[in-house]
Formats: sequence, C-alpha cells, structure tokens
Amino acid sequence: MTPIPIEHGLILAAVLFALGLAGVLVRRNIIFILMSIEIMLNAAGLAFIVAGSRWMQADGQVMFIFILTMAAAEVSIGLALVLQLYHRFKTLDVDAAHRMRG
Amino acid sequence: MIELLWLVPALPLAGFLILALAGSRLSRAGAAFVGVLSVGLSAVVAAAVGGRFILSPPEGGAFKQVLWTWIQTGNLTAEIALYLDPLSLVMMLVVTFVGFLILLFSVEYMAGEEGYSRFFCYMNLFVSSMLILLLSSNLLLLYLGWEGVGLCSYLLIGFWYKDAANGRAGRKAFIVTRIGDAAMILGLFLLFTNLGSLEIQELMGRARELWPVGSGLAVAAAALLLAGALGKSAQLPLQTWLPDAMAGPTPVSALIHAATMVTAGVYLIARTHVLFSLAPPVQHVVAVIGAVTLLYAAFAALVQFDIKRVLAYSTISQIGYMFLALGVGAWSAAIFHFMTHAFFKSLLFLGSGVATMAFHHERDMFKMGGLRRKLPGTFWSFLIGCASLSALPLVTAGFYSKDLILFQAWSLRPGARWLWAAGLAGAFLTSLYTFRMLFLTFCGTERQKSGAAPGLCMTIPLALLSVLSIVGGFVQLPPMLGNVAVFSDFLKTALPSVAESHGVRAEVVLMIASAVVSLVGVGVAYILYLRAPRYAEGWARNPLGAALRALWLAGWDFDWVYERVFVRPFVWIARVNREDFVDSFYDAIAQIHVSFNCLLSRTQTGYVRWYAMAIALGAIIIIGILVFL
Amino acid sequence: MVFYISAAVAVISTFLVITRTNAVHALLYLIVSLLSVAVIFFALGAPFIAALEVIIYAGAIMVLFIFVIMMLNPGKAEVRQERQWLKGPMWVGPSILAAVLLAEIVKAFAFQGAPAGQGVSIGPKELSRSLFGPYVIGVELASLILFIGLVGAFHLGRRAGPSEGEERSDTDSH
Repeated sequence: MTPIPIEHGLILAAVLFALGLAGVLVRRNIIFILMSIEIMLNAAGLAFIVAGSRWMQADGQVMFIFILTMAAAEVSIGLALVLQLYHRFKTLDVDAAHRMRG
Repeated sequence: MIELLWLVPALPLAGFLILALAGSRLSRAGAAFVGVLSVGLSAVVAAAVGGRFILSPPEGGAFKQVLWTWIQTGNLTAEIALYLDPLSLVMMLVVTFVGFLILLFSVEYMAGEEGYSRFFCYMNLFVSSMLILLLSSNLLLLYLGWEGVGLCSYLLIGFWYKDAANGRAGRKAFIVTRIGDAAMILGLFLLFTNLGSLEIQELMGRARELWPVGSGLAVAAAALLLAGALGKSAQLPLQTWLPDAMAGPTPVSALIHAATMVTAGVYLIARTHVLFSLAPPVQHVVAVIGAVTLLYAAFAALVQFDIKRVLAYSTISQIGYMFLALGVGAWSAAIFHFMTHAFFKSLLFLGSGVATMAFHHERDMFKMGGLRRKLPGTFWSFLIGCASLSALPLVTAGFYSKDLILFQAWSLRPGARWLWAAGLAGAFLTSLYTFRMLFLTFCGTERQKSGAAPGLCMTIPLALLSVLSIVGGFVQLPPMLGNVAVFSDFLKTALPSVAESHGVRAEVVLMIASAVVSLVGVGVAYILYLRAPRYAEGWARNPLGAALRALWLAGWDFDWVYERVFVRPFVWIARVNREDFVDSFYDAIAQIHVSFNCLLSRTQTGYVRWYAMAIALGAIIIIGILVFL
Repeated sequence: MVFYISAAVAVISTFLVITRTNAVHALLYLIVSLLSVAVIFFALGAPFIAALEVIIYAGAIMVLFIFVIMMLNPGKAEVRQERQWLKGPMWVGPSILAAVLLAEIVKAFAFQGAPAGQGVSIGPKELSRSLFGPYVIGVELASLILFIGLVGAFHLGRRAGPSEGEERSDTDSH
C-alpha cells in the first residue's frame, strides 16, 4: 500500500459531499433526495476512514461502522415515510408537502 | 354626647358599605331597612348632638373633633376633623332629617324597581358625603365631600343606566360641575400657597389680617370659589345640567337636586364669608348672578310641561334667591331660606312623584288633571308646598324667608335697588308658575285615568314636610309680626348679623308689596289655567309668543350656545388629534415590527429543499468564518 | 494509482447519479460509486470496512431503495416529469452553493500534513478490539438505533390504523 497524501483523500470526500449536496438541493423527487443524502453520508464516512488510516488507528473505521448503522436505520424509516407520502399525495414531488409554512 | 359627632357621617357610610358589599344578598326589605335605618340613626344622633350644642354651647361657639391626621407633608397638614358650629349644625340637621324622610318615601316609591339595594347604597353614600362636606373643618376634606356628592349625583342621575339618555344626563351633570370643581381646586391652591393653611377658621383669620379689602388675591380666591359654587348650585352660567338631571328617580331629585347638593355652593360661600367680605366686587357679582338667575329660571319654568322640569327650574330660581342674599351680605337670611326651601321643595318633589306614579309615570302636566278628588291628602300637601314656594303671606315658612331676603336686598344695597326689584318680579313669576303647576296637575278635568293612593311610607314624609313647610318659618319673624330672631341669633357666632338700617315702616311696605305680588300671581294663574285657558293658548299661537315659548322651554337656549361654542370645537380638536405625530411614532415602532415579521415569515416557505438550502448556507457561512478568519 | 482511478470513477458516477432522470439508472450508478469507494477503502488499508461497504451499503441499503422504487413503479410519465424538473436554470443555485462549500473545505484541508496510509492495513481484529473495548457503548447505541429503525419503519409503513383516520380527514380537507 503506497502512502496516499491525506489531502487528496479528504479532497475526494469533499467533492463527493458537494455533489451530494447539489443533488439534495436540485432534485424534486424524494427518492433522489434520499439517494443524495446517502452520497453525503458515504462521503463523510470516507473522510473518517482517511483520517483513521493517517493515524493508523481503528477509530476511523469504528466511526464508519456507526455511520453505516445510522444510515441503514435512516433509510428504512425514510423510505417508510416516502411510502406514506406517496399514499397521501399520489406523487413523489417533495414540494407537494409544503403546508407547514409561516 | 357631643363627641358622637363623628357618628353622623359614619352611620350612612356604614350603611353604604354594608349595602355595597352585601346588598345583593339582602332581601328588598332588608336593603331598605339598612338604608333607611342608617340615615335615621344619623338623624337621631344629629338631633342629640344638636340638642347638647344648643343647651350648653361649647366655648368659642364651636366644637372641633379631630379624628386622625390625613396628610402631613412639608407645611401641609390636613386632618380628618369635624367642625360643629351653628351653621353646620343647622345644615346637618336639615340634611339628615329631610334625607331620612325622603329615604322613607323611596322605600315605597322605588318598590317596583330593579336595583333597589343599589339605590339605597348610593343614597347612603350621598348622605355621608354631604355630611362630610358640611361638617369638615378644612377645605381639603370639604373638597372630598364635594367630589363625593358629585359622584353620587352622577351615579343616581344615571340610575336607570340601561337607557343611554340617562347616562348622558349624568355625564352632563358631572362635566358641567367639573368645570366649577376645577376652578375651586385652583382657589384652594391659591389660598394654600398664600395663606399657608387649609383649615377654614385659620384661613379666615389670616385672610382678615393679611389681605386688605379688595386686594387682588382675595378677589381671585373668592372668584375661584364662587365658580365652584356656581357649578354645584346650578347658577348661571353653569346651570344647564340641572333640568336634565331630572332623568333620575324622583327621590334623587328631591334630595340631591333640591334640598341638599345644590345648596352646597351656598354653604361654601357662607362658610368662607370672610373671604367674600374681603372682595366686594366678587360679592356684588354673587348678588347679580343670583338676581339674573332667579329671573332666568322663573321665565323658563313658566312654559315647561314636564312637572319635574318646572321644579328643577324652580330650584335654580330659589337658589338664585339664596345667592342674592349672600351677595348683599344677608348671610343668615340665605341659610334661613335654604332651610325652608329644603322643606317645601322636597315636599313638592315627593308630591310630584306621587302624582306621576298615579298617572302611570306620566310627567307631562297637560296630560294630568283632576287628581284633587282622587288623592286629597297628596293635594293638600302639594298645596302647602306650592303656597310656601310662592311665599303666600303669614302662614307659610317660605313667606318669612323670602321676605327677609327681599327686605335685606332693599336695605343693604341702596345703590342697587334693581336687585330688590328683580326679586319682587321673581316672586310674581314664582307664584304664577307654581300655581300653574298645581292647577294643571290637581284641578280641572281628569285627562287620564289615575291609579291607586299612596301608602304609609309615602304619606308620612309628605305630612311631616307639610307641617315643617308651615311652621319652619316661625323661628325668624320680622319685628312687627312677633320679632322672633331665634334663627339669626343662633347663627350669630358663625355668620355676622346685619345692621338694621331702615325703619319698621319701610319693612311693612315692602312686606305688603311682596304679599300682594304673590297673591296676584296666584290669581293670574287661576284665570289663565282654570277659568279661561283660551288666553294662554292664544298667546302660545301668536308668533312672538310661540318664539318666546320655544326659547324659554329650552332654558333660553344655553345648551344650544354651549354646544356650538364649546362642545363642537372640542370634539373636533379631539378627533383631529387622534392621529397626531406622537401616535405615529408609536405606530411606526409597531409597523417596523410587523414588517420584520412579514419579512421573516417569508423564509418559512414550507418547501423542504428551501430548508436544505438554508442549512447548507448556514454551514457555508460558519465554515467560511472558521476558515477565512 | 488504484486510488486515483477509483476516485475518478467515484466522482464521475456520483455526478451521473444526480443528473439521471430515470430512478433505476441513478440507483445503478450509485452502486457503482459505492463499489469504487470500497476499492478506495481497500487502498487505504481498511479491508474489513471495504467489505462492509459492499455488503451493507451497496448490498442492503441500495437494494432497499430498489424495492421501494419497484413498488412505486415510475413509468414514462415520471421520467418526463423529472426531465421537466431538471431544466438548466435549476442547476445554477445549488451548483454555486456546492462549489462554495467545496472551495471552503478544500481551503481548510490544504495543508502539508502527514501522508495517509503508511502502508499499514488495519484489519478486523484490531477493529473489533477497538469496537468491543472503548467503543462498546457505541455498539449498544447502534443496536438501539437499529431497533428504533425497525419499529419505526414498521409503524410508519402501516396503512391501517391511525393513518387511515388521518387519511380520511386529509382527503376531506383537500
């Protein structure tokens, strides 16, 4: 394993995160928004692994496991809510649910 | 015994408190019992105290009872102190006794009304405030009583508050008297800052020492106090509230607006007579106002058709006589007339109450008539009251008091004989309108069906007041008719007596003149209203007569003038000022907040992606701060 | 070398994920992205995590997504709608925000630090020692989260019961 400069890893994580953020902001379909959130979570996990490998400790990987667990729980609940939303509004447009406004 | 003086105002006050706190829980009989008993007990105590005072007068001719210190700050010390001298004794006795009789009358008169206990509650507060006014030893406590009676007058005029017109009448009374009260408090300020005290006797003493006769300060103080008296006693120009105050129940009109509250002004001037003697211009103004008012009100009373308004204008006129007496320096004559007036005026009001009740609350005299046969007792008491008011010679109390005033006006002001002439003309008009009222109400044909006769609670006061209206005058008889000077001698320590400057012959001539005048008035009324009504109707149809009639009916159109000169500009200013720049400053503050709210509400769009963008933006800003700063 | 190639693959496929109009296509590209990230993990010396990434992330979570999309069954109409929603001007704002964020993070990370991955590979043994040692509370909490996720998904996904009453009132108010 050749040593990889840590900046490059982190920059990769940042790029993936930015792409996920753009996806959340621009897409109107809920499924795509959830997918973009997954992208962002993955990017954050990547950053952790990179950091853990720099310090040569298992802590980064431990954090990634926790992030993974959380992502799994979040996806299941999120998709259940998506089903409810679809059942109610008959569309996956997230802008359909805008009644809670000031 | 005389130390029980404090009970006299305290008993009605206790009655007020009991009725205010527990009145709704008491039965009607219970409320009436408490209300009448408190004033009755007060009258008994007043009689006892008075008796002790007369039999063994305290030294100095006055008794002062200090209850506690009210205010003590800087050089102002005001105590709750009662001062009993012959003047306040006479007034106290009249107020408690007449008040008791009127309350007894109203037990039956107000029996069908709702708010029964509220009525007695307010009446008790009124009697208590009036007694505080009369018995107070300093001007501040007097002002407290003054305001208290003003408040009760407002409350009782608007007693039937569900009708908005009654509320307006109450407010009018309050506002007009308030003008006088404002002047009076300015007078109090002036007296305090210049003489350093508010104790009446001290004030009078210091004024006599420090202020020369006719000095500016004395004139100013006296004028301000006079303004206060004018408001309360409904004299020109502050008299417009009294005819409208007849919107209240009849016992209220009898007690407050005939016998007691409206005489508070007379009492004030009598109490501070030293001040008025030190300001001769003001005293002359008092006499002039008295004379003009009595003529003004007599003309107005001549054309009224509401029986209570006749009596209201009559009250204004008679108080004009009292002011006339005060103005010429006949102090005890004014108080004498007050006493007899209290008797016969309240008698007349109570009698009119019986008449209106008999005609099912009809107050238009031209719709009454023929009550003489149905209610003979009421007729005779009303007749006695009318006779006393008209000052029919020799048998009535009113004759002696009015005649005394006219004689003093003649003799004490030789340069202003027109004052006497005005009083004499007023006497003619008085008997004219009084007997017009009697003939229309009680004699002639019955124009409406009348109801039942009054019961015991109403006849006893009528009877007692009738007796007093006859014998009440016998305490002061002129020299040729018995020379009884009990009254003026009694008041000598409080009010200076007048020097007799004209002989007996002048007095006899004057007395005969006034007697003739009043009898002629009766005769004219008889002819015009019983024998040949066509003359009166003819004059009413004549254009000049109709115009005069309309003018006098509206009280010489004072209301019209005041409305246009004072009320409308004031209301206009208030309306224009509603949106003044101070308001717009506060409005601007509120407006800024509202617009900020609108602005910030726009950020709550409800769209998920908008909120995500807001989070991203926040993160960017914070990271940016961390990274770049 | 491996790192840079799979990094390029990850970035490109992620970009394609967020620009596809067909949901299934996007999902497949996402799986590709995740697989390339797994390769990166492997290159960084975290083999166990790489395996977990493939098995759980790409294998379970993405499959869940596929299930839901199959259930919702988007057709040609939905694809057309997506294309309509993804018009050009829509990209401006989000792109700017993402670019600014990227710039800031890159600036924050632009330091000459120690190189990563000294060649040491941290395997499952060390990982589990760390996990059941100091981080055992985290493990318990993670299991709690999974349990909550399970119950929540079950409850929220139900059609019958309280959701039905709300549904009725909701359709009335519409």
